[in-house]
Amino acid sequence: MTRQFETGNAPHLVPQNTVAAVMRQVLYALAPGVAVHAWFFGPGILLQIALASLFALGLEALMLMARRKPLKPFLGDCSAVLTAVLFALCIPPLAPWWIALVAMVFSIVVAKHLYGGLGDNLFNPAMVGYVVVLVSFPQILSAWPQAATGTLDTLAAVFLGHAPGTDGWDAVTGATVLDTVRNGLAAGQEMEQIRLSPAFGRFAGQGWEWIALAYAAGGAWLLWRRVIGWQVPAGLLAAVAVFSAAGWLLDPAQNPSPLFDLLSGAVILGAFFIATDPVSGCTSDRGRLLFGAGVGILTLVIRRWGGYPDGIAFAVLLMNLSAPLIDRFTRPRIFGHD
Amino acid sequence: MPGRMKQTADLRARQAGDRLHRFHGGLSLPHHKAVSCGVPLERAPLPGELFIPLLQQSGREAEPTVNAGDTVLKGETIGRFRHLGRGCVHAPTSGTVTGVVPHPISHASGEEGRCVVLRPDGRDQWKDLQPIGDWQQTDPEALRERIRNSGIVGLGGAMFPTGFKLQEARRRGIHTLILNGSECEPYISCDETLMREQPDSIVLGARILQRAVGAKPTIIAIEDQMGAARNALETAIKRAGDSTVRVVRVIPVYPEGGEKQLIRVLTGLEVPSGGRPSDLGLLCQNVATATAVARAVTEGKPLVERIVTVTGPGVRCPRNLLAAIGTPISVLVEQCGGYTPDAARLVLGGPMMGFPLGSDANPVTKAANCVLVLTAKELRDNRPEMPCIRCGDCARACPAQLLPQQLHRFVRADAWDDAGDAGLADCIECGCCDLVCPSHIPLANWFRYGKSRLRERALDRHRADQARQRFEAREARQERIRLERKQRIATKKAALHDDAAKKAQIAEAVERARKKQEHTP
Repeated sequence: MTRQFETGNAPHLVPQNTVAAVMRQVLYALAPGVAVHAWFFGPGILLQIALASLFALGLEALMLMARRKPLKPFLGDCSAVLTAVLFALCIPPLAPWWIALVAMVFSIVVAKHLYGGLGDNLFNPAMVGYVVVLVSFPQILSAWPQAATGTLDTLAAVFLGHAPGTDGWDAVTGATVLDTVRNGLAAGQEMEQIRLSPAFGRFAGQGWEWIALAYAAGGAWLLWRRVIGWQVPAGLLAAVAVFSAAGWLLDPAQNPSPLFDLLSGAVILGAFFIATDPVSGCTSDRGRLLFGAGVGILTLVIRRWGGYPDGIAFAVLLMNLSAPLIDRFTRPRIFGHD
Repeated sequence: MPGRMKQTADLRARQAGDRLHRFHGGLSLPHHKAVSCGVPLERAPLPGELFIPLLQQSGREAEPTVNAGDTVLKGETIGRFRHLGRGCVHAPTSGTVTGVVPHPISHASGEEGRCVVLRPDGRDQWKDLQPIGDWQQTDPEALRERIRNSGIVGLGGAMFPTGFKLQEARRRGIHTLILNGSECEPYISCDETLMREQPDSIVLGARILQRAVGAKPTIIAIEDQMGAARNALETAIKRAGDSTVRVVRVIPVYPEGGEKQLIRVLTGLEVPSGGRPSDLGLLCQNVATATAVARAVTEGKPLVERIVTVTGPGVRCPRNLLAAIGTPISVLVEQCGGYTPDAARLVLGGPMMGFPLGSDANPVTKAANCVLVLTAKELRDNRPEMPCIRCGDCARACPAQLLPQQLHRFVRADAWDDAGDAGLADCIECGCCDLVCPSHIPLANWFRYGKSRLRERALDRHRADQARQRFEAREARQERIRLERKQRIATKKAALHDDAAKKAQIAEAVERARKKQEHTP
């Protein structure tokens, strides 16, 4: 008695990982940072995440249908949600609802699907969306609340454009610590004076320093889970630290400390969550180290001499452009070759 | 390689096993070995008919030397090559040949091949055996010839003719022999069983191989967790009183059992791309091959049986069986209590590199180390393949230090030059990249396909080159002939028109005639 069997190709084992699991773990790792953000600045961040995710999923579904791709696996892979969340973390929590819509059109429709969909996008979709709204609506994107806002006020602000309180937008929003330092130095102040400003917090911005530390904790978890490699964060943080330390050691009065540069703005978020996007980054280990270092250096170049207070988004997009070239020159040595 | 570096490399090769090294990538996989290894080795029953494939060595089929109706004794040659040294096939038992027919041959291609069908007579009677008793005094060439004529091939799976490999090793000169007992694929335990139950014949085989190739130090590499095997081997070495053989334990990481990875672990050196272990002065043999060598030399018995692990969640009572080559796999599974109700896939080999069989009518071959029956639960489900997200997990797992993600893109795009540059030919098809890929891209399968296309292209190019050379040679020859003819005509013409030359010729002729007259009386 012989028996017939269906055949299939080796390896005959269940794969160890899925795309959705990778994306989901990155989302989990963002949770502590989001929580601290909400603690300092109110539930606006959660609302922005919800709005951006909704738009992202809707647009993703439309594009998948237009491209005749199956909905279930691609909506379930969580990549659109991750793009939306990363974008939402970059914008002020009280930004009007349509900011997220505009950004997601550019993230999901243009940067992702017009370039070929998941895996084929040249640029980091979240950063494309963010940069589009940043250069188009600079005032809205720089209106950061100075303190936590209540739930009702948040809803009114986001959907109706009502400023919280009675004194208008100017009373509740203001510059971030990066603006404070930048404008202070431009106005001839020294770091010692700028440090006294309430926005400065303990070492890197009121509230922001703690948010950054929470992101770092999430990033450490991703490293431990081996969801991301150490190369991009290490390259990026080391480049920022070295670049910043050089100026600070030369002239501490005119340059913020490395600690400030590391923990302010989006450096930590960028190092662990944005520059580590595998699709638009480099693939070889050495390439990733270079990619991270490039993002770090460009970020500080933009901070010091550029037109924007923070430069992570631009730095990431510029390095996205260089990634194929870096990959070309950092191919690892093949086993058995000299 | 500069002289100094080569010298250090040589020294390191000679110190193989003194210090262990790591290789890039690889995976720690669950072993699943205890299920089959806990039961003592059993002999599989002889079936009503044996189907002995004539393709039992890398390369081409052997030519059958028997016809339907012939009776053969166990160990008689039933298939051979015109060119000796390519190996041969022997009758696994005594009986009557009922034909040479196309039949499934347990080959990765999944295609049929010619099999000698043998009906056992039940007496299992050996041919007249000629053991070499005093192998220690025998000429190494005679030992190699015996190994060549005993149909021994690499039993680790490659089926490369051992006689051929030994000849090559002898010619190139090797200093260290490595016996590979580090079965790194999950489920497979035939080598471990062999090391536990027949350690003496492994050590004996090692010593015969030493003499056959002229290398002394010998390492038997086993995995760290094979405690019983280690004890058995060390006792056997002590019994043999041979201090040149030693056991080295390596940390189990898949695919460490691969020749190149094992050498890297033992020496820290890499076999050059496209090269052989003999480039480093090493020779690698499977432990089961060593046993086959011992048997062929000291008992005169050719290779007609092997240990097969029959295991997996789809088999009721997994165990190791000593089976005659040609035994249908269905007979082995029967012996192990049959299939469980949810058996879904039949694999020959391990789960990482084994190939699926369409039917259990396929016979045991010399390369059949494991029959693995899996249920749907162990197989990759029908989740769709997602696009590559360039996560690089594949590169991290690749023991050949390739970038599978890039290779995959080249192979899919038929960019064969790029694929070749990116090292497709260096892929060892271990499947590590495939298993870790979060997008479930069947990378190993793409690479197997890509490698076969690369080989075809190389062959095509070779043929085209030859054709071009032939054409160019012919053109040159014709041109030469044309020129020569032209020149001949030209000289003749010139001679006709040249008066001085004419006069000289006439004078010469006159002189000749005169001389002739003088001589003739």
